[in-house]
Amino acid sequence: MPLEAKNLSFRYERGLPLVLENIDFKIEAGEVLALFAPSGYGKTTLAKLLAGYLRPCSGEILLNGAPLPEKGVCPVQLISQHPEKAINPRWRLKKVLEESGELREDMLSAFGIEKAWLERFPRELSGGELQRFCVARALLSGAEYLICDEISTMLDVITQAQIWSVVLSEARKRNMGIIAVTHNMHLARRIAHRVFDLEKREYI
Amino acid sequence: MKKLNRRAKTLLLCLCLGLLLLLVYISGLLIPEEAYAPDFMAARLSPSLRHPFGTDTLGRDLFWRTVKGLSVSLTVGIAASCISAVAALFIGIAAAVGSKRVDGLISWIIDLVMGVPHTVLIILISFVMGRGLKGLLVGIACTHWCSLARLIRSEVMQLRAKDYVAVSRRLGKSGGWILVNHLLPHLLPQFIVGLILMFPHAILHEAAVSFLGFGLPPEQPAIGIILSESMKYLSAGLWWPAVFPGLTLVLIVFLIDKLGDNLRRVLDPYSAQE
Amino acid sequence: MIQKNETLLEIHDLSVSFRMYDATLEQKELQVISNLHLRVRPGEVVAVAGSSGSGKSLLASAILGILPSNASVSGHLHYKGRELNSQLQKELRASKIALVPQSVNFLDPLMRIGPQADGHKKPYPTEKRREIFASLGLDERVEKLYPFQLSGGMARRVLVSTALISEAELIVADEPTPGMSLSQALHALKMFRALADEGKAVILITHDIDLAFGFADRVAVFYAGTTVETAPAEDFCTGPEALRHPYSKALWRALPQNGFEPIEGFQPYAGSLPQGCLFAPRCPMATDKCRCEKPPVQDIRGGEVRCFYAT
Repeated sequence: MPLEAKNLSFRYERGLPLVLENIDFKIEAGEVLALFAPSGYGKTTLAKLLAGYLRPCSGEILLNGAPLPEKGVCPVQLISQHPEKAINPRWRLKKVLEESGELREDMLSAFGIEKAWLERFPRELSGGELQRFCVARALLSGAEYLICDEISTMLDVITQAQIWSVVLSEARKRNMGIIAVTHNMHLARRIAHRVFDLEKREYI
Repeated sequence: MKKLNRRAKTLLLCLCLGLLLLLVYISGLLIPEEAYAPDFMAARLSPSLRHPFGTDTLGRDLFWRTVKGLSVSLTVGIAASCISAVAALFIGIAAAVGSKRVDGLISWIIDLVMGVPHTVLIILISFVMGRGLKGLLVGIACTHWCSLARLIRSEVMQLRAKDYVAVSRRLGKSGGWILVNHLLPHLLPQFIVGLILMFPHAILHEAAVSFLGFGLPPEQPAIGIILSESMKYLSAGLWWPAVFPGLTLVLIVFLIDKLGDNLRRVLDPYSAQE
Repeated sequence: MIQKNETLLEIHDLSVSFRMYDATLEQKELQVISNLHLRVRPGEVVAVAGSSGSGKSLLASAILGILPSNASVSGHLHYKGRELNSQLQKELRASKIALVPQSVNFLDPLMRIGPQADGHKKPYPTEKRREIFASLGLDERVEKLYPFQLSGGMARRVLVSTALISEAELIVADEPTPGMSLSQALHALKMFRALADEGKAVILITHDIDLAFGFADRVAVFYAGTTVETAPAEDFCTGPEALRHPYSKALWRALPQNGFEPIEGFQPYAGSLPQGCLFAPRCPMATDKCRCEKPPVQDIRGGEVRCFYAT
């Protein structure tokens, strides 16, 4: 099941300049692709387009040759840079996980989540711990592709390594595709099979 | 004594106020009419132990009349603000979730209602509905929902733009599910505080409209009526019929207002860090 | 006291705690920074590295005196030998100490970028600002924009520029680089280095430690609200064998270019800190002694470390 971006262009409003222009790439199931671009290039916008949060002005995103479904659970899930914004502050974390699927206790350890955290509120956990919940939530939904938008930029290197080891091992287990948006070349080389430079439009 | 923190204070205030209001309400229901029946032998008595608030020109005990009056005011206030607040919740959500046209229509109605001074509008509605308790209730309920509805509308709009709502949508959750699970828990505190802060408004308006003679019938003991009667005798040196009932009204309104304010701060999720 | 004179900022035994409600009506104190020591000299870039939530940003707030009202501070802060109390902080905040805040939310959303970066200085240092903007890769048209029109990386560069424009002696930069491209981040760090070479001092709080090592003189490693090691930056470039504390070594090994190996476990929470060494529950070489006793600060090979078994 390949995921393709075909000739994607995007602008926020009519009359404004294009944020993204004619982006093309393709990723296969089980592959890890790193998207590398300088600041201000529209990486977050691209990530949102790929996960269906925004609709492109022209071009299309095809999963297995068909456009992403409008309704129902999206097979492409986005994990954002700011976990604290992506989690409802009034929910206990157990509910956060249950939002996307049935929670089985044996899965917790694979996600690096301590059982005691489930009864807490988001403000009682650190960013790294919350990010694990965002990862777990995306995985529990049964996604086929994960878009990771700078998911470890705000975290320390040990937590970064912990989170990526969870993401990568689950991806291998489920033959998922990962698109990792990052500005860190060392990280991109370490986790990805291929690195695509959005600015130069070439694989490195 | 240990200094109380805000949570403990608010809880204490809640309890005291709840008890006080309940006491006023129940005693208002239980007072026999004889307690404030006219007694011409005891007319125009200044405050004393037997008559803590004194008596009026007809010799009615003002303390019991005030309590009875407050109990009526509270009934009107609570009923009217509950109706008003629930209406505000639905209207606010409808405006935020609905199409541009629905939003425009609701905003237009809000502007219209807020454009006319409350008191005038209450009097008009109350007249149309046939005055009395019913007229007053409908009048107050119809005029007090606007600001809360606006607040809820903007709150819902902000919440809908949150990342976690967008995530929820991509996890296949329906609009209704998001409303109940994501939005309502955030709105509930706003709603409760809005409701509580509406009480004093409603009570004051009830008193004001009755004072002007457009509300409750003159034979009913109500704060507005007592105050309006007392005006006539103020120049004759009868100060107590105006002062004590007036002060009681102010006190109750102040306490409820304070409670609402404290509650708002406690319900804020960031208030844990204080 | 020659030592004192040449120290710009001296932090001795600093603790910061917050008053919080627990589940009931009671309030409790949560200690988030404990017994922290740090010394910054003029001409120096001190990088502060460590885990997320270890109190690094709070340190910045404590230095500037902008902690929220429910925080309480104990210990000593000295600025040029003077006790850094809230009055002095207020005075210095305006002129001598600059903060590069962590979040883009620190920008005034209703103010154009140009005047915002200038601060309250008059006459406006327009020329200097343009120079700094240009060197950070910010177009001249950026000064006409409002904060919401900036991308994350651009906003960060604007935040960095504010500190460069101000003529502060001490710059506290709280995560200045995320969202920037590598060359921009390197450039920003180079500018901090240049400021230090002019005799100013920079405290650089950062996760991008691999970048920071190249520009810093010393690195302070934070864990669970205290410094576990303060070492010359070269030691971090050399590798784990030059480092003293097991946490610093773990940090080095977790870098994507150095193995990307995570260690198990999580940083303990303020409020349920272990009795002994804070790192003991995750430390491969912890003994019973580590679990019961807090290790004191020791000077080893030109660095300070809190570990019984540091070599």
